[in-house]
Amino acid sequence: MNDLFQTFVAGLRLGCIYGLVALGYTMVYGVLRFINFAHGDIVMVGAWLCFIVARAMHWTGFTAHPPLYAAAFVLLISMTACALLGWLTERLAYRPLRRAPRLNVLIAAIGVSLFIENAGQLRFLFGTEPQAMPSLLPRAQTALITLLGVRITVLDVVIGLLAVGLMIALDILVFRTRLGLAMRAVAFDDAAAALTGVPVNRVVGMTFIIGSALAAAGGFIFATEYHNLQQPAEMSWILLGLKAFVAAVVGGIGNIRGAMVGGLLLALLEQFGGRYVSNDLRDVYVFAILILVLLVKPGGIMGAQVTEKV
Amino acid sequence: MALLTIRNLCVHYGAIQALHGVDLEVQEGQIVALLGSNGAGKTTTLRAISGLLKPSAGDIVFDGQSMVGLPPELIVKRGIAHVPEGRGIFSNLTVEENLRLGAYIRTDTAAVAADREWVFELFPRLQERLGQNAGTLSGGEQRMLSMARALLSRPRLLLLDEPSLGLAPQLVQAIFATIRRISQDPARRTTILLVEQNAHMALATAAYGYILATGQIKTHAPAGELANSDEVRKAYLGVV
Repeated sequence: MNDLFQTFVAGLRLGCIYGLVALGYTMVYGVLRFINFAHGDIVMVGAWLCFIVARAMHWTGFTAHPPLYAAAFVLLISMTACALLGWLTERLAYRPLRRAPRLNVLIAAIGVSLFIENAGQLRFLFGTEPQAMPSLLPRAQTALITLLGVRITVLDVVIGLLAVGLMIALDILVFRTRLGLAMRAVAFDDAAAALTGVPVNRVVGMTFIIGSALAAAGGFIFATEYHNLQQPAEMSWILLGLKAFVAAVVGGIGNIRGAMVGGLLLALLEQFGGRYVSNDLRDVYVFAILILVLLVKPGGIMGAQVTEKV
Repeated sequence: MALLTIRNLCVHYGAIQALHGVDLEVQEGQIVALLGSNGAGKTTTLRAISGLLKPSAGDIVFDGQSMVGLPPELIVKRGIAHVPEGRGIFSNLTVEENLRLGAYIRTDTAAVAADREWVFELFPRLQERLGQNAGTLSGGEQRMLSMARALLSRPRLLLLDEPSLGLAPQLVQAIFATIRRISQDPARRTTILLVEQNAHMALATAAYGYILATGQIKTHAPAGELANSDEVRKAYLGVV
C-alpha cells in the first residue's frame, strides 16, 4: 500500500510537468494545425534559466536562506523569457510560412529545435556540462504530512498548487475570456475569425506566449523536483518533449483539458510500469500507449470526432 | 459619392487571373446585386473587398478611403461585414459565442445590446438556441446565425455571398424578406452588396444589378431593367 501510494505521488509529480508541457503542443496545434517540435526545447530553456537565475542569486547570498519569493522570482523570469522566446520563434520562423504547405512549417520547427539545442550549448549560455539546481525553497524537503507512509514535502505541495493553478487559469482563459473566444474561433477557421474582426496574428502570437510560459513552468518544476539539469542537447530533454507531445495526442490533440488528463495519465503509467514491471521499459510504455491510442481512438481519449470541413 | 467604389480590380490565384478589371459602385442605402454564373468571379470580388484576397491591381474605396492592403480585421472595423458562402459559422462554439464574436470589435456595450434585440427580432429562432452548439443548428438556422453575427458588428456595408444557396424554397423567400428588412431599418441604414445565383429573387430585391462573367462586368443597370432584358436573361442569368 505504502509503495503503491509512493508510486502514485511520483506519477503526480511527473504528471504536472507532462501536463503543462502538453498544453503548449495542443494549443499551437489547435490554432495552426502543426506540431511545434521546438516546444520541448522551450522546456529545456525554461529549466536552465531557472538554474541561471537561482545560481546568480546564490552568488549574491540571496538564497542562503531563500525566502518564498525567491522561487516566485525565478519562475517569473523563466516564464517571461520563455514567453518571449516562443513569441520570437513564431514571429521569425513560423509566421513567414503561414501560407506555405504544412510540411515546410514542420521542417522549420525541427530547425528551430536544433537551433535552440545547439545555441544552448554555447559557453556564455548554458554550456555543455550538466548542472545541479540549487534548492530554492526554505525547508523544501521537509515533510509537511506523512500520508500512508509517504512523505509529502513542502515542495510537492507548492509545485502541485502551481501546476493545478496554472491549468485552471488557462482553462478559464480559454473558455471564459474574450481572448479565449478569439483563440477558439481561430482554431476552428482563421479566415472566418478574421472576418469577424479577430486579429489572427496577434491571437496566434498570444498562443505561443502562453504555451511557452507554461512550458517554462514545466521546466521550473522539473528543475526544482529533479535537480539534475543535463546539457541542452541531451537525450533526456528530447524525450521529455516527446512524451509531453504523446500526452497531448493521447488526450486528444487540440483539446486543452485532454492535454492535462493525457499528461497525468501518461506519467502515472510510466511510474507504475517502471515500478512494477520494469524500470528499463519506462519509455516503452509511453510510446506503446501512443500506438494503442492511435489505433483504437485516433482522436485521443478526449478528442472530438474529426469531421472534414466541406 | 458612392459608399463603395471599385476601380479596375484584378485578382490572381497564382498564375490564373480571376478578375480582369472589375468596376463597380454601391450607393449608400441601396441593395446591389452582383450576378453571374459559377466561376464568374463573384465570390472573388467579395473576398477582395473584405481583405481575404490581395488584389494584383486596382482600387477599392470605401467611404472615401482605400481598403487595399488592409487586413480583414481592420476592414471589419471600418464597417464592412462579409457573410461568406456556405454556413460560415463556428460550429465548435455555442450560438451565444458566435454572436459575441460578431460584436468582437465593439466596445459600445449599450448599442450592442440594442443590436442584439434587433437581431433577435429578425431571427427569433436564434434566441431560443443561444446555449446550443452552433454545429447542431439546421442549415437554415446556421445561415441566419452567420447573418446575425455579421450584423452585430454594426456594418455600414454588408456583403452577402449566396445567402439562399441550398435552402428550401420557403426559406429562400424568408431570407430575402429579411434582407429587405435589414436594408430598410431606419436606425441602421445598412447598405448591402448581394451575390446570388438566384437572379430572379436577387433582382426583385435589389435596386441595382451588375452582371459578372469570366472576371469582367458585362453590364449593369437598375435591377428592374436587368430583370426585363431578354438579352441579359438568356445570356447571363440562365433564365429562359
